Amino acid sequence: MIARVFACLMLLTCPAVAQDVAAIAYLGLEDDPYYEPQPVYTGLSLRDRERPLDGARLGVRDSRVLGRALGVKFELIEVLATPEGFTDVLSDLKATQPLAILIDLPAKLMAQAVAETGSDDLLINIRDGSDRWRGPDCAPHLLHTAPSDAMRSDALAQYLRSRGWDDVLLVHGPTEADIAQAATARTSAAKFGLKIVDQRAFELTNDPRRRNKSNIALLTGGARYDTVWLIDDQGDFGRYLPYATYAPRPVIGSEGLGPHAWHWTFERYGAPQLNQRFRRVADRDMSSDDWAAWVATKVIAEAVVGAGTADRGAVHRALRAPELSVDLYKGVRGNFRDWDGQLRQPILLATQNAVIAVAPIDGFEHQFDTLDTLGPDRDDSTCKR
Amino acid sequence: MLVSAIMALSVTRNATAETGNAIVPNERGDSLSILSPDLEVIQTIETCARPRGIHFNADRSSFFVGCADDDMIAIYDTATLELVGRIRGVSAPETFDLHPDGRRLIVSNEEDAAASVYDVETGEFLTDYLTGEEPEGVQVTSDGRLVFVASEAANLVHVIDLEADAVIADILVDTRPRRFALTPDEAELWVSAELAGIVNIIDVGTLKLVGDIPFLPTGFRPEQVTPVDLVITADGQRAYVALGRANHVAVVDVPTRKVIDYVLVGSRAWGLALTVDEKRLFVANGLSDDVTVIDTESLKPIASIPVGRVPYDILIDDR
Repeated sequence: MIARVFACLMLLTCPAVAQDVAAIAYLGLEDDPYYEPQPVYTGLSLRDRERPLDGARLGVRDSRVLGRALGVKFELIEVLATPEGFTDVLSDLKATQPLAILIDLPAKLMAQAVAETGSDDLLINIRDGSDRWRGPDCAPHLLHTAPSDAMRSDALAQYLRSRGWDDVLLVHGPTEADIAQAATARTSAAKFGLKIVDQRAFELTNDPRRRNKSNIALLTGGARYDTVWLIDDQGDFGRYLPYATYAPRPVIGSEGLGPHAWHWTFERYGAPQLNQRFRRVADRDMSSDDWAAWVATKVIAEAVVGAGTADRGAVHRALRAPELSVDLYKGVRGNFRDWDGQLRQPILLATQNAVIAVAPIDGFEHQFDTLDTLGPDRDDSTCKR
Repeated sequence: MLVSAIMALSVTRNATAETGNAIVPNERGDSLSILSPDLEVIQTIETCARPRGIHFNADRSSFFVGCADDDMIAIYDTATLELVGRIRGVSAPETFDLHPDGRRLIVSNEEDAAASVYDVETGEFLTDYLTGEEPEGVQVTSDGRLVFVASEAANLVHVIDLEADAVIADILVDTRPRRFALTPDEAELWVSAELAGIVNIIDVGTLKLVGDIPFLPTGFRPEQVTPVDLVITADGQRAYVALGRANHVAVVDVPTRKVIDYVLVGSRAWGLALTVDEKRLFVANGLSDDVTVIDTESLKPIASIPVGRVPYDILIDDR
């Protein structure tokens, strides 16, 4: 059955309820290079990112009336640290005892944050999709609302399989992130029965001796495939791939159809309302990062409801409970996997201006929860928490 | 605030009798489809942007259509189906209910986290009340004292006392509350919780949750069961609940709160309406762009009629 608090606060008849404060902290890095403009050429910037603070702010704002009903006031503490002062800032923040700290940090500082906090604290990763945090580097007090790379890659693989586009040409870039994601794509392909007909690495070069790595026709020729699965973390090369492949086949992954936590054009399950609400406060479209920050505040509010109190221990237990049931605005309710702390969620497969499908795709079944067809399942997890 | 003396309204309706037609707002089609009693589309009317909630005025001589993307409520003449008025400046109206005084229309403003009250005669804005995000269903009690408003995002049912001019309770319910139905004796308020896949039952006297009805038609996963609209028959014996993406309407025995049948309808069934004799149930199927009509005695669908894009709700001119 569905767990729920039978709470009804009669404001007129019992108005003297003390207001508990439920503080949620956001911890980011000052001058974070991740949010700096990323020009690839004079005046041309491909992937500018916005700090997802607006997402967290909106989530706290959304919880106002719920707070009225619970007698709890939700607050957001916004903290930006420098790398040098990081330890001090974190220890000051811990001392204020927020219900959770949303961490929006580069990997190195994220590792530091995980190491310098303990079982009494709760960190929610709203940014990093890397599988290491859900695997070897997981921690008992670390949860993730950002989907993992494995979940996103599985979503794409499910879609290809459901369409019968089984033969894939994997094209990836030279960076460490590209190589890690190419490995993730291979795992997803094996999991859902796709065939990687060839894996090819591109390079950003004009050197004629290496043209087989830079000439798109050569890079995509000499093989039979249904799709080109592109992995290009930086985006400068990949944008030239669609419509330029040797065979007339769609490009997916980093260009074309991609897997996202959120999309500004999503039209179902209340998403237009969330997108419009966000646009009104932030004056821009809601990104996947914003969604991860927004949903992090929402899971905390929902855990306060589940716990019936803003007491930290009780809220932390409610957050991890299988009964947690959070409206993700993606059609199903989410909660956290107990084996790696990852938020279960559907993944949107979208082009630049339309959501084409939502994974889990119909037909992919699971013995307990179809959402667990995305990302490492309990038995496959390398997280030892 | 509204002064207590409200003009007595004339309840005479034009000599024209009711047509028996069903009026269906098509949310994405920006149109109204008119279905005749023999279940044919006899007219399609271009209307405002994103029409959703639809409701008669007190004497049924006209009806209101909430135009979410035009921030207004359009008023149509029931007999001629002509636009006869507009209430402007209503932020993203979703659904509404008419107060028994026939003057006050209580509207949920989806994007403003508010329920607002308008005078339908003058179009004047009277007052508003703060709700949780995305308010949806609105239900006024027949004594005109209480208004219930569901907040989809906050999982709350707000109880507004119009005389006290205040929100007197916020009742926590299950995930994504959408619409209401009152039992005829008004002892129980039924609330659909879309993402929980259940109906919550609130005792109107104590404003406490007193029961749940779960739904699960054969062959569906729990997360596909997303109930939205619901209606209860005049004798208070039977309820119909549209189960959204489970593509069925649940038939519930009200006294025992047990599901007695599931009727297969179109895709993402939302809006419901019963004919006055309660022999037919109309179901708006948002994702198959049609309306299914169910014979309530045999509990079999008798027709599915294509309408416009994303039909949202149904109003039947037969009483």
